[in-house]
Amino acid sequence: MFAYTIRRLFMLIPVLIGMSILVFSIIYLIPGNPAQIILGQRATVEAIAQVEQQLGLDQPWYIQYFDYVGGLLQGDLGTSIKTKVPISNEIYPYLAATIELTVVAIIIAIVIGVNAGIVSAWLHNSWFDYIAMIFALIGVSMPIFWLGLMEQYIFSVQLEWLPSTGRYDASTVITPITHLYLVDTLLQGNMAHFWDVSKHLILPGLALATIPMAIIARITRSSMLEVMRSDFIRTARAKGLNSFWVVYKHSLKNAVIPVLTVIGLQTGLLLGGAILTETIFGWPGIGRYIYDAINYRDYPVIQSGILLVATIFVMINLIVDLLYAAIDPRITYN
Amino acid sequence: MSDSYSNPVLDIKGLRTSFYTDDGEIPAVDHIDIQIHKGEILGIVGESGCGKSVTSLSVMGLIPSPPGRIIGGNILFNGENLLDASEKRMRSIRGNEIAMIFQEPMTSLNPLFKIGNQLIEALRTHRKWSHATYKERAIEMLNLVGLPRAEELLHAYPHQLSGGMRQRVMIAMAMICDPKLLIADEPTTALDVTIQKQILRLMRKLNETMETSIMLITHDLGVVAEVCDRIAVMYAGKIVEQSDAKTIFADPKHPYTKGLLASVPDIRSKTNRLFSIPGNVPKPGSIKRGCRFAERCQYAMDHCFEQDPDLYSFNNGKHQVRCFLYEKEGESAHESTITSS
Repeated sequence: MFAYTIRRLFMLIPVLIGMSILVFSIIYLIPGNPAQIILGQRATVEAIAQVEQQLGLDQPWYIQYFDYVGGLLQGDLGTSIKTKVPISNEIYPYLAATIELTVVAIIIAIVIGVNAGIVSAWLHNSWFDYIAMIFALIGVSMPIFWLGLMEQYIFSVQLEWLPSTGRYDASTVITPITHLYLVDTLLQGNMAHFWDVSKHLILPGLALATIPMAIIARITRSSMLEVMRSDFIRTARAKGLNSFWVVYKHSLKNAVIPVLTVIGLQTGLLLGGAILTETIFGWPGIGRYIYDAINYRDYPVIQSGILLVATIFVMINLIVDLLYAAIDPRITYN
Repeated sequence: MSDSYSNPVLDIKGLRTSFYTDDGEIPAVDHIDIQIHKGEILGIVGESGCGKSVTSLSVMGLIPSPPGRIIGGNILFNGENLLDASEKRMRSIRGNEIAMIFQEPMTSLNPLFKIGNQLIEALRTHRKWSHATYKERAIEMLNLVGLPRAEELLHAYPHQLSGGMRQRVMIAMAMICDPKLLIADEPTTALDVTIQKQILRLMRKLNETMETSIMLITHDLGVVAEVCDRIAVMYAGKIVEQSDAKTIFADPKHPYTKGLLASVPDIRSKTNRLFSIPGNVPKPGSIKRGCRFAERCQYAMDHCFEQDPDLYSFNNGKHQVRCFLYEKEGESAHESTITSS
């Protein structure tokens, strides 16, 4: 397992290099001269040359790349054109907001999706199975922005049960520690604030959880059905184990690998691609941050945002790979 | 001997198990009577699809339902009718009083759990002991089935073991609760010949030392010759001949049994072509009346196609044959088989 982990970590290096090259080349993909964009339409040629020199844009591209990577390795993500603040100083709260929302959404998706899939497989062709799979089908086909709007209309506007936007009420003052407000409010022991933050997470969390939940339920069901036909499941029954153990111990562990793959991919998607949901729910997350940067042509922010999201995506997949090996001893064996 | 004969460990009476598919009812097992006595090894022999495995799964209460269902008969285990037992009662019998080993040792162990975990799991389900005692017993069983370095083996995963070792583990797992009856469904089919021999000897040894009755299901006459006390020959869901092993080999009566024996290769024989019974096993349910073997039988008479033969007895009921050829010679065992239908 240890050797496997080391090997897997080494395999990350080319992936990360490839990513940095792609992200670096974004500069060249954006039409126009970055210095021109920074200074605006009416900048003089001298001013542009000066800015180019400041940014190192007058150097050959490979020097620029190594400067860029060298900066990354020291934690320098560049400076935002819009706010003139180092990106590494301002990106974290956005990232934390997205992570908090993603974790909540993926937990909802896993708990409901996996269990619905298991019970559907266990009682397959029962009414529970049919209803669960109809909901799963609706779930994967649902436009999430529409679902988000409907949630807001029903639970915020009509019923007034839950807040519709933001991370906490305007009247709440939270001193950030980790910027994960659920954690911060708990650390500060302020249960009223914790409840306020939780309430704000419910609607966007549910909206974001819908598609992963549906996909997870379907994958879990089909994977479980496959495993439950195995010889070793018959052996487990012949031992006199009750159905619960047969299903949750012997079947689930064997069925879980494709489910983990899907969970990893979906978590990555939520971290990077939740722009629409974040916009609808006024969630100050990384999706919104990158979206605003695109509007402003703040390309250092775009670069760093993409790089960060991609790195997290790769890391999640690394964790999934290591989990495979932890679950299935045959993976490290070969 | 006579005492144990009057109280069999397993007494299957008129068992009928059918599968319900889009094509209608398929009777996989049709009025079967089998008795297994204490310490006895009964071989059930027949071609693929004759209902051997369905019989064993019926005893275990593991017929996949739907589509399968037991529609008639009784399965008496030490006098208790398993067909009336609750699911909870069945669970306490499975793996504890009746254990089973399967054909495919390569896939019958869960690949993701250590051998020790799977062995002890069988024990923990039925015995409330301390962990140390579980482990002790697991090691004892692994030693008993002839696996070296038992302690290390507890921490091994199935993929680290060969097929023969896995089947030994399966046997250890089945025997760990000291069951009264072991059902072995083609336990040696997937193994190579030398390993087959070892596994059969092991089963014979366990049968002798632990007094476990064994129901050995196989299509291989060599296997039954090696270990069985009595043999029941099955054909298309029915038992066509039943007797002690010696008699079956020395004096087979049913044309199907004769055919089976003739199709075993004999190294001393000078003939070049091996005998084979013409035709194929009929699809279950396809023969509505008459003897199911009639179409392939070289002795078939007209009424074989019209009427289903009864079991006829020889030697005070110790040898039974379901064939009209013995209608006059043997005594009808009709009364004993008809009761449950």
